[in-house]
Amino acid sequence: MSTLLEVSGVSVSFDGFRAINNLSFQIAEAELRAIIGPNGAGKTTFMDIVTGKTKPDEGRIIWGGRNRSLLAMSEARIAREGIGRKFQKPTVFEDQTVQENLLMALKNPRGPLAVLFYRPTGRDLERVRAQADQIGLAGHLDRKSGELSHGQKQWLEIGMLLAQDPRLLLVDEPAAGMTPQEREQTTDILVNASRTRAVVVVEHDMEFVRRLNCKVTVLHEGSVLAEGSLDHVTANQAVVDVYLGR
Amino acid sequence: MQGSLFARNPSLPIFLCLLVAFTVAVTLLSEGMGAGLISTSFVKTLGKTLCLCLAALAMDLVWGYTGILSLGHFAFFGLGGYMIGMWLMYERTREIVVASVADAPIPPTGQEIVDAIGNQIFGVVGSSDFPLIWAFADSLVLQLALVVLVPGVLALVFGWLAFRSRVTGVYLSILTQAMTLALALYLFQNDNGLRGNNGLSGLQNLPGVEAPQALVSVWFLWASALALGLGYLLAAWMVSGKFGSVLRGIRDNEARVRFLGYSVEVYKLAIFTLTACITGIAGALYYPQAGIINPAEITPIASIYLAVWVAIGGRGRLYGAVIGATFVSLVSSWFTGGQAPDVPLGFYTVKWVDWWLIVLGLSFVFVTLFAPKGIGGLFDLLARAKSPDRHGADLGPDQGSLREREASE
Repeated sequence: MSTLLEVSGVSVSFDGFRAINNLSFQIAEAELRAIIGPNGAGKTTFMDIVTGKTKPDEGRIIWGGRNRSLLAMSEARIAREGIGRKFQKPTVFEDQTVQENLLMALKNPRGPLAVLFYRPTGRDLERVRAQADQIGLAGHLDRKSGELSHGQKQWLEIGMLLAQDPRLLLVDEPAAGMTPQEREQTTDILVNASRTRAVVVVEHDMEFVRRLNCKVTVLHEGSVLAEGSLDHVTANQAVVDVYLGR
Repeated sequence: MQGSLFARNPSLPIFLCLLVAFTVAVTLLSEGMGAGLISTSFVKTLGKTLCLCLAALAMDLVWGYTGILSLGHFAFFGLGGYMIGMWLMYERTREIVVASVADAPIPPTGQEIVDAIGNQIFGVVGSSDFPLIWAFADSLVLQLALVVLVPGVLALVFGWLAFRSRVTGVYLSILTQAMTLALALYLFQNDNGLRGNNGLSGLQNLPGVEAPQALVSVWFLWASALALGLGYLLAAWMVSGKFGSVLRGIRDNEARVRFLGYSVEVYKLAIFTLTACITGIAGALYYPQAGIINPAEITPIASIYLAVWVAIGGRGRLYGAVIGATFVSLVSSWFTGGQAPDVPLGFYTVKWVDWWLIVLGLSFVFVTLFAPKGIGGLFDLLARAKSPDRHGADLGPDQGSLREREASE
């Protein structure tokens, strides 16, 4: 399988604190990957760097089959390149309906003029319905998303990411604050998504990671400590010392 | 998002009907064309109010919908007024000069006429030469283009600098205040070519028009109503579709919009510039009715008024801006025009001319605290529209985002 994203030798410091230290990371197309690590290991900073929110001090980030660098691109440009990001806290547009949220996310031209003259086609509405169905919100299309429950908002946000049709999905703690049943459905959504695209899940919850049943990367102090199956990394003494042992 | 424009905006046909009814009623009651029950000066006040409504509409687009609290939009209003004022003053003075030399034994040359016009216009600031910025003052078409272009270009340059550096929230508000203050201070100088604090005057006299002011005032009322109607239509069309979705998204959660792949800066710049142009047009219709424009019009307080109108009317809904501007500016002119009776308290007499600003300030505070939806929120009570119950959480993390109690529809 070809490499979709390659991060090599990336470092970034904030006021002298090295949040990311010579980090290298690769993910292939259609792969599911979990990133774990203790607080301050650099998980969120890693996502910030890939999505363009934070510019690294050094290192390279190569994207896609044509080996393009992401470093010179703006956040919006990177998103249009096909990298979707889900925030830790559910962030949907609460003043707008589920349908409006999904229509806004749906893959379509993003320029102001194109958007100004845009009117939803039957096909777009069909895609929105299918997406809502996939995230279990088919019956809530006309509701304001602010009224949804916490778990439903998380799904809506994941649905918005999928509607963008990204090639890489970065998901920050999707299961936080969810009931066990909701967690199960979230696992299904993510595993399904990873059949057609790369999905990176940052998660604290070991049980959730186990259910994802995928390759795990352990971050510690801004670099990769171990990589492999969950059983493999949890057997690693260094990992036990910094993370699991605590 | 589906259906016709009118189906998506139930308030749009109601508003347009009311606007037409208002215009017809004022016309029929005016001195110029009807029963004469409304004085010409009040027709002008009403016409000016329509222009202020258009400016408030623009303010609502940029603040209520996009969350950019611009406290400098009145600068664009003033610039629009100056641009049309230059032509009005030039042409009017030329007519007078040409008439005064018509009987001269030797016909004056073109240059002599231009010099005489310059003398008339700039004598008050001790000069007689036309500065460069008056180069197009003899052309109505070009000055009309400048009404849109000058505010537009200023907004484009200012917005590009500010949004590119991701200046948001209160910092952006302060920057816009600084912009309008700097412009006002510049215009106050006598040597800038726009007659310093004298401003441009006599704008109510339309060159080449013999009609009395009673008639002209009605024409301007029509023009202002037409501009407001078209502006409302444009605004309703823009905010009803996905463009409006993106704008409200920027207001409530800018980062999310960015990570969805929209260039937030480009959208902000577009709406900032467009609303500057709309405000410029409103100003160009306002000042011929006011008769005079001077730099005091665009001091920072004027732009703050604009925000107060929108807040009191109800931000984030188009008719809210119109209601706020109408209500506050009409009540304001009633109180400050000496028509409100003084209140004798025995030991002190409340003169509304002095106390009106305090009343306005207090009502702004009370609206913000206790009725954040503004006057427009009353329509929600009528329509029984319910806001989502979010247990007090705000709609978004951004500084311009609506608080829960303001959200509606």
